Amino acid sequence: MTVLGWFQIILFCVVIVALAKPLGWYMTRVFNGEKTFLSPVLRPIEAGIYWFSGVDEKREQHWLTYTVAMLLFHVGGFLIIYGVMRLQAILPFNPAGQGAVAEDLSFNTAISFITNTNWQNYGGESTISYLVQMLGLTHQNFLSAATGIALAVALIRGFSRASTRTVGNFWVDVTRCTLYVLLPICIVYTLFLVSQGMPQTLGDYVEATTLEGARQTIAVGPVASQVAIKMLGTNGGGFFNANAAHPFENPTALSNFVQMLSIFALGAALTNVFGRMVGNQRQGWAILAVMGVLFVAGVAITYWAEANGTSTLQALGLVGGNMEGKEVRFGIVASSLFAVITTAASCGAVNAMHDSFTAIGGMIPLINMQLGEIIVGGVGAGLYGMLLFVVLAIFVAGLMVGRTPEYVGKKIEAREVKMAMLAILVLPLMYLGWTAVGVVYPAAVASMANAGPHGFTEVLYAFTSATGNNGSAFAGLTGNTLFYNLTLASAMFVGRFFMIIPAMAIAGSLAAKKSIPASAGTLPTTGGLFVGLVVGVILIIGGLTFFPALALGPIVEHLAMNAGNLF
Amino acid sequence: MLREIRPAIVLLLVLTAITGLAYPLAMTAIAGAIFPAKANGSLIERDGKVVGSALIGQAFKEDKYFHGRPSATLAPDPSDSTKTVSAPYNAANSGGSNLGPTSKALADRLKEDVDKLKAENPNANVPVDLVTTSASGLDPDISPEAAQFQVPRVAKARNMPEEAVKQLVAANVQGRLLGLLGEPRVNVLALNLALDRAAAK
Repeated sequence: MTVLGWFQIILFCVVIVALAKPLGWYMTRVFNGEKTFLSPVLRPIEAGIYWFSGVDEKREQHWLTYTVAMLLFHVGGFLIIYGVMRLQAILPFNPAGQGAVAEDLSFNTAISFITNTNWQNYGGESTISYLVQMLGLTHQNFLSAATGIALAVALIRGFSRASTRTVGNFWVDVTRCTLYVLLPICIVYTLFLVSQGMPQTLGDYVEATTLEGARQTIAVGPVASQVAIKMLGTNGGGFFNANAAHPFENPTALSNFVQMLSIFALGAALTNVFGRMVGNQRQGWAILAVMGVLFVAGVAITYWAEANGTSTLQALGLVGGNMEGKEVRFGIVASSLFAVITTAASCGAVNAMHDSFTAIGGMIPLINMQLGEIIVGGVGAGLYGMLLFVVLAIFVAGLMVGRTPEYVGKKIEAREVKMAMLAILVLPLMYLGWTAVGVVYPAAVASMANAGPHGFTEVLYAFTSATGNNGSAFAGLTGNTLFYNLTLASAMFVGRFFMIIPAMAIAGSLAAKKSIPASAGTLPTTGGLFVGLVVGVILIIGGLTFFPALALGPIVEHLAMNAGNLF
Repeated sequence: MLREIRPAIVLLLVLTAITGLAYPLAMTAIAGAIFPAKANGSLIERDGKVVGSALIGQAFKEDKYFHGRPSATLAPDPSDSTKTVSAPYNAANSGGSNLGPTSKALADRLKEDVDKLKAENPNANVPVDLVTTSASGLDPDISPEAAQFQVPRVAKARNMPEEAVKQLVAANVQGRLLGLLGEPRVNVLALNLALDRAAAK
């Protein structure tokens, strides 16, 4: 570890905190339906879209209607992706002549993109056409991100409103999020990325003759426009197989830094939106502080582990840390930082191969996902995931002092706690359950690339990532098999929607409650005590759930490595 | 609930057209107009022929060129399309080795490569990036130490004084951005092109 390395980490944190407030201010205005500086341009387009689609923007929805609208929207998104993948061979924008994608892979990819997971069982440049990249993947990158944000805003409205049956209008929230937040940022961002060297072309793959006279086919494409929303919307599905490690998908140290910022920017800003909507920005900062504590701890451990390297490297006298599966332009620190960010958020883009990380360095990304990606988290999903833990923490605190727990003026009662527990328990059921199947079912065992405990970790990582809608992988695992295409799709589906539906039920139940003023007996939820309490609840619930699985994977591998065992 | 069906179809199609077609196509046109070279892949031409991309590494094997990092990229096996074979720096199929910290295959590969490099230049420590595969398999860069390590071999193969080659390396080192972000590096293709130019003079 170096001082310069830590300086990069600190700089990152400072910029994120600095961005949260202005972005939160802007997004609050967008979701409150107020005018913004873009309204003169965008308002006519927005109104036209509502008129054409038959949306009454004044009509608010009950939480159940809001949820059904969201689900219907996703059915359509699924059909579009599945359709263009199956038909890509006869559709335009296919200069590399890619053939139709197989049924199971198309199914997996369609589920993966509507759930904001963007798991890559597809090979990017080797499997799919430019049309699929744009019409299938780029479009769902926008809409699954907009959906996540809309849902978080609906839950915030549950806290901030009182004695009402409605939580907003899904169509309006998605449209405004896409038009006012995502698109404008992506347009500027795309041009920045191209200025760094990222391709943006519909031309053929390039045939080059190298200096030594060999032929090299260089895949290009409309990369920048997709990468912009891939990062900003915490989607993470790569244009190329190697994702953000590919020099075309992340050309410079600056493009890397900005990509890392864009993963966290909207998620961090949503905590500020929360604070503003419930009428006290310090409530938002307290949530961000909980996230910050867990984040910095994760970065420190992964950076330390990767800088230390492995016993194999040390035995050969190779110094400078674990560079297997990392790029020279990023080095140890930017690769470690990226890995923690991408799994803390539900992004899943990678600029280094997590499979080749040290046991401990690779365990932190795994833990981040197992905690439910609440450290800033996916756009929207991170905030509603964190608020579920807050509900539990408040409940635990209430039990300790024997009072009905309350949070930002709302009583937290049996229904909220039950729903929060349901959402939090369904995740380990998926990733632990499927991992158990994956390590005994012969066709699944054959997919492991590494032997010993590392092979187990590959399987655990895959299902954790899918359930958490992350999308990063221990990529040695051969995921494009019938078993994994179907099981991972089920994990992604359950991980997304069985978290959303209870969260929306909480939103509806809270919105209907009366707002009660804080009294002397109310636990203050803006101070260090509250932050410590939530961090504690997250670590205890998380730790009890997945520590046994970690012990079989990364922990035993670390001990084996130190004992000089290879597999 | 029924009245949500029309927006579910129409709004989806409208937003899909905006984000999935209008946006990427407009960005392609604008980026192509402002940054034509970069939008097309930062291609490098020599004598009118494309010799590669400034951002994509190449497989260099000859002694007279600086070598990049080992690459784990694969290609379909020409004799059996269900299998793959090693194809370093295959820029149409990026990827890493994905070998873990306790992998015996990785330990064996590292040992073999370290021994080879030690035989080539016994006087310097083997830089770690010269024996580890990159994440993309297309890493265009090596560390300045990895370039310096290869100077004796390249100078000998080209009958150039080592000092002259060292100077070329030094001239091709890119530092950290603002002295802060990223790591110092040498673009292997740019360095080799510079070598060829120096030899032609």
